[in-house]
Amino acid sequence: MRIPLRFLVPTLGFAILVGFFVVGLKRDPGVLPSPLIGKPAPEFTLESLGDPAWKLSPADFRGRHWVFNVWATWCVGCRQEHETLLAIAREDRVPIVGLNWRDDRALALRWLGQLGNPYAAVAFDPEGRTAIDWGVYGAPETFLMDARGIVVWKHIGPMTLDAWRRDFVPRLPAPESTP
Amino acid sequence: MRGALAAFLLTVATTGALAVDTGQRFGDPGEQARYERLIRDLRCLVCRSESIADSNALLAQDLRREVEELMRAGRSDEEIRSFMTERYGDFVLMRPPVAPRTWLLWAAPALFLAGGLAVVLVTVRRRAAAARTNPAALDEEPDRP
Amino acid sequence: MIPELGHFALILALLLSVAQAVFGLAGAARRREHWMATAGAAVAGQFVFVALAFAALAYAFVQRDFSVLYVAQNSHSQLPLFYRIAAVWGAHEGSLLLWALVLAAWTLAVAAASRSLEAPFRSRVLGILGLISIGFQLFMLTTSNPFTRLMPAAAEGADLNPLLQDFALAVHPPILYAGYVGFSVAFAFACATLLEGRLDAAWARWTRPWTLAAWLFLTVGIALGSWWAYYELGWGGWWFWDPVENASFMPWLAGTALIHSLAVTEKRGLFKSWTLLLAVAAFSLSLLGTFLVRSGVLISVHAFATDPKRGIFILAFLSAVIGGALLLFAWRAPRLKSAAGFEVTSRESFMLANNALLVAALALILLGTLYPLFMDALELGKVTVGPPWFNVVFLLPMLPLLALLGVGMHAAWKRGLLGAWRRRLYAAGALSIAGALVIGAGAYGELRPATTIGFALALWVMISSLLVPITRLRARQPMPAAVVGMVVAHFGIGLATLGITGVQSFKVEKDFALGIGDTASIGGYDFRYGALREVRGPNWRGVEADVVVSRDGREVTILRPQKRAYESGGNAMTEAGIEAGTARDLFAALGDDLGGGRWSFRLQYKPLIRHVWLGAILIALGGAIAAFDRRYRLRVRSEAREAAAVAS
Repeated sequence: MRIPLRFLVPTLGFAILVGFFVVGLKRDPGVLPSPLIGKPAPEFTLESLGDPAWKLSPADFRGRHWVFNVWATWCVGCRQEHETLLAIAREDRVPIVGLNWRDDRALALRWLGQLGNPYAAVAFDPEGRTAIDWGVYGAPETFLMDARGIVVWKHIGPMTLDAWRRDFVPRLPAPESTP
Repeated sequence: MRGALAAFLLTVATTGALAVDTGQRFGDPGEQARYERLIRDLRCLVCRSESIADSNALLAQDLRREVEELMRAGRSDEEIRSFMTERYGDFVLMRPPVAPRTWLLWAAPALFLAGGLAVVLVTVRRRAAAARTNPAALDEEPDRP
Repeated sequence: MIPELGHFALILALLLSVAQAVFGLAGAARRREHWMATAGAAVAGQFVFVALAFAALAYAFVQRDFSVLYVAQNSHSQLPLFYRIAAVWGAHEGSLLLWALVLAAWTLAVAAASRSLEAPFRSRVLGILGLISIGFQLFMLTTSNPFTRLMPAAAEGADLNPLLQDFALAVHPPILYAGYVGFSVAFAFACATLLEGRLDAAWARWTRPWTLAAWLFLTVGIALGSWWAYYELGWGGWWFWDPVENASFMPWLAGTALIHSLAVTEKRGLFKSWTLLLAVAAFSLSLLGTFLVRSGVLISVHAFATDPKRGIFILAFLSAVIGGALLLFAWRAPRLKSAAGFEVTSRESFMLANNALLVAALALILLGTLYPLFMDALELGKVTVGPPWFNVVFLLPMLPLLALLGVGMHAAWKRGLLGAWRRRLYAAGALSIAGALVIGAGAYGELRPATTIGFALALWVMISSLLVPITRLRARQPMPAAVVGMVVAHFGIGLATLGITGVQSFKVEKDFALGIGDTASIGGYDFRYGALREVRGPNWRGVEADVVVSRDGREVTILRPQKRAYESGGNAMTEAGIEAGTARDLFAALGDDLGGGRWSFRLQYKPLIRHVWLGAILIALGGAIAAFDRRYRLRVRSEAREAAAVAS
């Protein structure tokens, strides 16, 4: 039984399509990789949330790894991840710097006062320009920078201890041993 | 009653808290048309099916503002698009980039139509030849209603 | 108790589906009368039990039984009765049960109406439909059971998504599914034909009314979805080239090519392979659509909640059904050659061109929809393909198609002598171009090349369609239902083209910040923000604005857009205020409260948009008229008589 090739074309085409679907099922189309990974952290100069006279910028944290967490009081996911951030802050391996995005200063300060403050410092971005420079599209988002100020990792969505241990901890320098 | 209305409005208002006035941004109709074209070509990453022109999300408002400011700073369309893709990746463009990896997408219309045309031409030629060599058969075949 | 009975009914239905498939296919292969008869009986039984399962789920919704997980996730104590019933198919599990019910109903209809067909063929058709039923019922029972209990029962349900609490969305899925699932009949007929190795074209005649019926349901379903999106989503769009929309449009394109191809195969025994392949393709695309919506491989607003296990199951099922059918095609189709000929300008040629263009359009949409997936799978980054690409690319095959449509309708079979039609068509062409210029310049004060072409093609198709009844009536020729149907459907296409051209060319959409008393102007109309008031619904609270619309100083209408918050929480919903008209729609939607008594409004002027849906309705109506042509019913009766005569 000889089948002319052209009659097999639909079958072959379909097989290729299924192959793509099998691969596609393993991937998450919703996750957008950040184009910033591997590049220097975008510059900014913003007021600190607590003290407008104190200005923050990425240069302040050069020389050590640091975490940058984008949050807001109107963001439901940020409320969910707050406990995790407090736990990470307690480990004290790396400072967490916050970016308060499109928020009200008084509301944000009250929020931190009531729920606890995991941040070494919080930059205040009421207009969202810095967030755009960092490619933020939905809070919460958390970045990891290395000592040279290069963006090493981005986590989208509420932070979990699972994600912290799986994606962030391996990228941190070994903890200094305390004698 | 008034309290309920105020509460409701407050709830609604905080979702678009610092809502920016949308609409006519440029006096010059040419610039306004360019603005509208640019914002229609950029995808809102919060409501993924919408462009930033259509979406009411906070991010869409902020990005519309960015486009306006970049235009006023004299940037070209290309530069504005690069600004967006540097921060958000190619995903933010509604129209896929013209690059080697998207060649199939841009070539497809011509390819598929040419393919269809080829099939039609070959088939019609063959059948017309069959009709010519055997014209009587055309009349003999039972004509179903 | 009732949910458990429903679950049990579903299991019984599955067993009967297995019986239907096994006895149907084996009975035909072994020529065992009893087995074939059993398959027929299984069909009826399966329908009864699927219906019972569906009724059980509906009962759970009506009774607000929040101990059933699916009900708890999709209903609410304050949800009105109408929406409680519609909520049955509001999410993944229930919509699968709807799929199964519609499939069982179509199968029953086929079993009942095809008694005059040769028993082995009929039995194979039922057997194949049985295989498909097994797939869906098994899918539900293993990964997506709508009857799963929630212990302890929820005190309150999570509510049906407010976007779905709307009449159109209550009817849109059932009608859409009637279309999708209906293509399984053509699929089953095609596979049965291939299995038997039939060389004749009788199957084309048998398949045609079923395909027309499924196709017209799909047409209505898609039109309903578009219309709903327009008035419900609040920003006036009516087609977004969203992956799920494309997933419904592709089977429609394949179905349109199929009904035309069936005509050629039935009439002249030509294009048999193409017709069979199209029949397989139409249903395959329906299944593909199901996969895309429920597996999570593509992002879409329509997508159901995803779960990798479900994706894997559907993919396996899809591969088996489509892969099997395509292998069957590769094996048997090469034998189906025909030596018949036709001349260059014959109707056959036009049908061929029509199908080539429809398939090209379909292939392009498929490519655009899946390209992001291809790129991601090959690790070439994330791209998206949006409306700008689709709008341009879809137009490319459609323009020649519309042009050829006007001529092809009148071409004769075999010989293609246009004769007297040549003069008429020249006149129609001239009239179309003139008309397009008049509309463009006269009604809208603008002449643009693309718009003029669009209007001209629309008028061309409409006038050309009307020429058929005009010439027939003058020559006192009869007009069978099939011809009337064709005229109506083609006219509908022209009308829809008119609407699309009008709205895309001349629509105006602008946002304004208005305080009470402020006026904004677009499209020659003035919109004045008059008042704001509180409103309540059965399960929501909101505000409503008065927007007074006037033209040249005279009041035309008052639009009342709303912004609602539902009891069950969630985002605020926008209900647009729309004034529909044959020449244009006026549209106002509330945006955000800007403070200080000012609100942002989105105002739209949409010329000719109603004709898009009106055209679609005519297309479906044409299909319905054609499906009920006497010759199909007569044929069935005469075949029944023949079969009886042979048997005696």
